[in-house]
Amino acid sequence: MASEIKQGALELVNHLPILQVITPMLIAPILVVFNNKTLSWLLSFVGALACLFISILLIQAVSDGSILTYYLGGWAPPIGIEYRIDAANAILLLLISIISAIVLIFSYSSLHAEIPEEKHTLFYSCFLLCLTGLLGVVATADIFNVFVFLEISSLSTYVLVAQGAYLDRRALSASFNYLIMGTIGATFFVIGIGYIYMATGSLNMMDIAERASQLGDNRTIQAGFAFIVVGMGLKLAMVPLHVWLPNAYTFAPTVVTCFLAATATKVALYVLIRFVFSVFNYEDSFVNELFFLLLMPLAVIAMIAASVIAIFKQNLKKLLAYSSLAQIGYMLLGLSLMSQKGLASSLVHMVNHGFTKAALFMSLGAFMLNTKNVYIKSLRGLGKSMPFTSAAFLIGGLSLIGVPGTAGFISKWLLLEAALETGYWLVAILIIVSSLFAVIYIWKIVEVLYFSESSESYDEVSVLTLMPVWILALFCIFLGINTSLTVDVANMATEILFK
Amino acid sequence: MPIEFLIFLTVFTPALVGGLNLIFNRIPNVRDTVTLLGALITFYFSVIIFLGFDGQATRYKLATIMPGIDISFHIEPLGIIFSLLASGLWILTHIYAIGYMRGAKERNHSRFFFFFSVSIASVMGISFSGNLFTLFLFYELLTLITFPLVSHKGSTEALRGARVYLSILLGTSIGLQLLGIIWIYFSVGTLDFVKGGILNGSFGSLELILLVGLFAFGIGKAALFPFHRWLPAAMVAPTPVSALLHAVAVVKAGVFTVLKVGVYIFGLDSLSVSGATDWLTWLACFSILFASLIAMTKDNLKARLAYSTISQLAYVVLAFSLANSLGVLGGTLQIVTHAFGKITLFMCAGSIYVATKKTDISDMQGLGRVMPITFLSFLIGAISIIGLPPMGGSWAKWFLILSSLEADKQFVVLVLLISSLLNIAYLLPLVAKGFYLNPKDRTEIKSFKEPSAFVWLPPAITASISFLLFFYVGYIRDFMINFGLVS
Repeated sequence: MASEIKQGALELVNHLPILQVITPMLIAPILVVFNNKTLSWLLSFVGALACLFISILLIQAVSDGSILTYYLGGWAPPIGIEYRIDAANAILLLLISIISAIVLIFSYSSLHAEIPEEKHTLFYSCFLLCLTGLLGVVATADIFNVFVFLEISSLSTYVLVAQGAYLDRRALSASFNYLIMGTIGATFFVIGIGYIYMATGSLNMMDIAERASQLGDNRTIQAGFAFIVVGMGLKLAMVPLHVWLPNAYTFAPTVVTCFLAATATKVALYVLIRFVFSVFNYEDSFVNELFFLLLMPLAVIAMIAASVIAIFKQNLKKLLAYSSLAQIGYMLLGLSLMSQKGLASSLVHMVNHGFTKAALFMSLGAFMLNTKNVYIKSLRGLGKSMPFTSAAFLIGGLSLIGVPGTAGFISKWLLLEAALETGYWLVAILIIVSSLFAVIYIWKIVEVLYFSESSESYDEVSVLTLMPVWILALFCIFLGINTSLTVDVANMATEILFK
Repeated sequence: MPIEFLIFLTVFTPALVGGLNLIFNRIPNVRDTVTLLGALITFYFSVIIFLGFDGQATRYKLATIMPGIDISFHIEPLGIIFSLLASGLWILTHIYAIGYMRGAKERNHSRFFFFFSVSIASVMGISFSGNLFTLFLFYELLTLITFPLVSHKGSTEALRGARVYLSILLGTSIGLQLLGIIWIYFSVGTLDFVKGGILNGSFGSLELILLVGLFAFGIGKAALFPFHRWLPAAMVAPTPVSALLHAVAVVKAGVFTVLKVGVYIFGLDSLSVSGATDWLTWLACFSILFASLIAMTKDNLKARLAYSTISQLAYVVLAFSLANSLGVLGGTLQIVTHAFGKITLFMCAGSIYVATKKTDISDMQGLGRVMPITFLSFLIGAISIIGLPPMGGSWAKWFLILSSLEADKQFVVLVLLISSLLNIAYLLPLVAKGFYLNPKDRTEIKSFKEPSAFVWLPPAITASISFLLFFYVGYIRDFMINFGLVS
């Protein structure tokens, strides 16, 4: 008996991959049963902390380059569903869990300003489902399972975005827009999966890779790949499939915007990366041509065009949303270089940009608690009356620009190095041009914050609101100085993906 | 005390002083005394480093950002000279700033002194940087920290000036310098400053020319034409900022970086052999003459001094482009002597402003009679800038001329001579007007007198040092030769 208990204790470690995903999923319905606002928050927060704890254990386990696998229900793949954790997805699991925990701290003090109290329980349970979906997409190694979790996260995201309607009715049309686009994307994705299943008869990533390599140059698989790229392109807001994103980010409640901006598009990009490297053969000329001829130009266009558009936006949430599009361009560009350095820069930028953008959106949310809107002119002189929030915003802004000493600098450095390595001089110059545009739109806000006279004076927001904002801001600096978490893990991940 | 500890103290003390400024926000006298003490301590640490320096270029690593990219410091003669210069002048400027800020009734003193101290901290970081990455880090920090100083008044005009300031400095450094740094890192795999350069022929001749361009223009703080517009724009700042930062710390950080990159990244030998800087010699010469000509058209005293600074900075870029050790000697002396000369001129401009609220040269007729000390200091500073004996500035020009002869570029001598003549034409009229012309308004002039000793004493001291440098310049030369910076 004693030995069995010991075995059970050992098994707990082996069960981490599934616990990571299932914890928030199990908590979500419990919230609805209790239907108590504070308890819902508390349980969600505990759930998020548990996820964070698990993801830290996971990243420790895989940071030496090893791979954890878990067979759902004990069924071995290719028949059963496999969960597979390596350095590449462990870092994303960590990002998602940290952001969700921080966002939940923020929601405790800010949510009541945006959503009526009787809806809070449902909000939190949707939030947890969204978290489940995102974690599941990242953790699984079964392509149909990816689709299922993607839908879980997407459906709950539509609900979450629509919650902004209590402040601004336009959230409804934004959410509907997102619903239509997202569904088209999911459909493309599932058609792509169908093609692959048709050609290989398998849904497990490793298994497909093995069987596809025996098939050689197969038109069906190529069609499937094309469908998947378009489907994921929609989800990750690749220009020109981005039209849902600005409005969804602008009109969603701040908590949701923070969470989505930091995680959702990154998860979609991760799926694309996983498919390219673990399912398809990245050395395949079809894949390479698609990335070189299609994705790289689109990424560069996003980088430049979205930055220029951001300069002219007066609504700051929209401004940051367009900036997100440009930053997604950076990540996509890193991937489309199809080199180890490029992929590493892409992974690092996912994490760095996640923290940076969350810090920016969250400090905007803190401003919004006082000013009630996020037009640039309503922030006049807040640098004086809300010094801590403004300072956090400034740090986030500097990181977005890529000033040395901040997280953004590291990713920009890696991306430039990767571009130079592959010999794309023009691309390197365009990356720099795009970050100069970032200087313009960030500084526009900084000037308003610090150097214009305010008409009204506000009190600084509460400590509980400031705490999450500052945790994120400090992450922006920490990741710019200590890169062992980001760069080292990303290098490990690229080695696994490129093997 | 271990020397790496001293470096951290030198960088950390001004930053700490900045923090104390905010704490003693409400008690101005305590705050200003603390800052003065901090400035003295910083200078003391720089002196200790100078005295303890034994020529060993050891590197001290603070943190590793990525493999091959560290925040590291090292001590070498150029950096020692620069840190002594900046921290020493900080003491005088601080005394001056106390008098100026109170005399001219500027607002937000604590914020001002906070950013001022932190900018000194980043200057110290620049002078002891052990690799290009660390240098870039502090370089960018300096840009951002000085922004609130430029826009200090908060008026629309100040904001506009500050925006030009920031956009040119950030634009050049991110747009060009960063690209150059990454290019070097990518090709060579290291960014450490090593005497004789680290490039080791990994760049072809055309690539080398491009790389020189990326740094010459990318180091926007050196204000080389056509990226010089930020300097006149920054003159909206209070005068102590113009004096220390835009005559000494910031601009000298720029040309210091140029020299440092020339000696420790490119390597003088490989530069002079490849001829990659020949085009830069022409551009620097153009910048010298062009800025002097513009300066003559300016009636606003600070604007005239700003253009004069642009012209004088191009001397150092010129020294870099000549790529020989006489040039480095001349460039370093130019950094030192111009710092003393120009800070004198700016402080005098400030004391005229505090005493009379006048900013235009045409209004300053006859002022010399009521403010003799200020105007005499101005005269001495001006002579040093022009490069006439018996002032320190003459040696900088002397070695630059020797250097251009050695580099076989005789036309540079001509340019230097013309430039000195132009300097006479735009700097000395103010003194002549002040002493010899009759004031426009005789009753008004009687109400003016020298401002408080806080304001007139510092320029008098720096002017005297300009004079003393003429006799003691040999020490700087020996120091540089002994430790192998120049031969």
